[in-house]
Amino acid sequence: MNWNWDVVDDFMPRFWDGVLVTLQALVLGSLLAFTLGLVWAIAQRSSKAWVRMPVTAVTEFIRNTPLLVQLFFLFYVVPEWGPAMSPLMTGVIGLGLHYSTYTAEVYRAGIDGVPKGQWEAATALSLPPVRTWTAVILPQAIRRVVPALGNYVIAMLKDSPLIAIIGAFEMLGEARAYGSETFRFLEPITVVGIAFIVIAYPASLLIRALERRLVR
Amino acid sequence: MSADTPRENATTSTAADGRELIRFDKVTKRFGDHVVLDQLEFSVSAGKHVTLIGPSGSGKTTILRLLMTLLRPDEGVITVDGDHLTHEEKGGRLVPAGEKHTREVRKKIGMVFQQFNLFPNMKVLRNITEAPVHVLGMGKDEAEQQARELLEKVGLTEHIDKYPSQLSGGQQQRVAIARALAMSPKVLLLDEVTSALDPELVAGVLDVLRDIAHTTDITMLVVTHEMNFARDISDDVLMFNEGKVIESGPPEKIFNDPDHERTREFLGAIL
Repeated sequence: MNWNWDVVDDFMPRFWDGVLVTLQALVLGSLLAFTLGLVWAIAQRSSKAWVRMPVTAVTEFIRNTPLLVQLFFLFYVVPEWGPAMSPLMTGVIGLGLHYSTYTAEVYRAGIDGVPKGQWEAATALSLPPVRTWTAVILPQAIRRVVPALGNYVIAMLKDSPLIAIIGAFEMLGEARAYGSETFRFLEPITVVGIAFIVIAYPASLLIRALERRLVR
Repeated sequence: MSADTPRENATTSTAADGRELIRFDKVTKRFGDHVVLDQLEFSVSAGKHVTLIGPSGSGKTTILRLLMTLLRPDEGVITVDGDHLTHEEKGGRLVPAGEKHTREVRKKIGMVFQQFNLFPNMKVLRNITEAPVHVLGMGKDEAEQQARELLEKVGLTEHIDKYPSQLSGGQQQRVAIARALAMSPKVLLLDEVTSALDPELVAGVLDVLRDIAHTTDITMLVVTHEMNFARDISDDVLMFNEGKVIESGPPEKIFNDPDHERTREFLGAIL
């Protein structure tokens, strides 16, 4: 099989469609993972067992089952009770929910890393709990964990082709569809492989730079 | 001071000195099997400066941490300015205090820590204004004005826009003192505030505290190993041993002519 630039040209419009889906899934999925993960991490530090235990159970369950199963569940099972969502939205929720259980651990480590004296000083000043979290603990905790969160964004990028299986045609999904229609796989798959490197490598450089700045 | 000592009349617990501000009533604190405070009884009158001395592990710091509600007593009642710190009255009975009640009573107490515990993510100014604004509801301008005055008092006006990490340990501790004072506490707890400092920085911090002790009517509870400082500022000194006050009295008496053999031993070892 020889490399044919005309095939590349022909694939490009669909490639860009796929890039758009990949980036949407990645950005929205990350935002969801960052937000939900923080909620899990704070809930798991609650003094109330009825808050702590269900959250621990659910996050352990999600972390220890395959993302693909979760995507199938969200796409095929959930609509039987609730509203059906577009494949992309389902993919975003699946990725975000799955990775939130990992970011929760990252936040937890960051929160544990804040010295006990900071909590004690907040108590000594009678700061209310919300203020203690938002003004004292989280700014210090998150600063330490930004690089670790960034690594999960890259991991999520590499897992993003899974959402093609429920019909959200991101880059690889478009390449595969193009290949099955034209029987040309070499060019589209290669283009997509390069695209992953082009997105992931600068991102990891950025994370390393952040790490140097933030973690002292 | 302690009901267990025969020296009651020479100490701050007598009403003649003024209103009783702090009272420990049969307070016991254990860590596992280890009894740190054993049915402790003592009280401090408003405006007094009381230094707690004794060997490490004798419960001095535990007393400050109980007052700051960083620890809860296993038994007994602590009263601050007429309010129970760890209990509240409900239907005529004393029940363990809710978070809200505890926070209200706690506002009367400020603490300076051995390790400063400044907020590293905030500049000096905001370290001092954070609690007045968000706890007392003070206006931002008023809080900043107050912070400037306090920084002047501790001699750090020019560092107002720095982060704690840009300051020396002694400077950080002086900011921490200003931060505690910004809440206008009735009681200031000083927990070995110079122990983490390089020796040449100790004097600056102690000078600030002497100034506060001599120019304000704030009640102070001090745990320190700086005996000259204790002698300068204290109205009373309490000698602790194994969770009990074994001797108390004015500093001249305790430092020069203690009654108790254990006190003599302790002072002999550290002076």
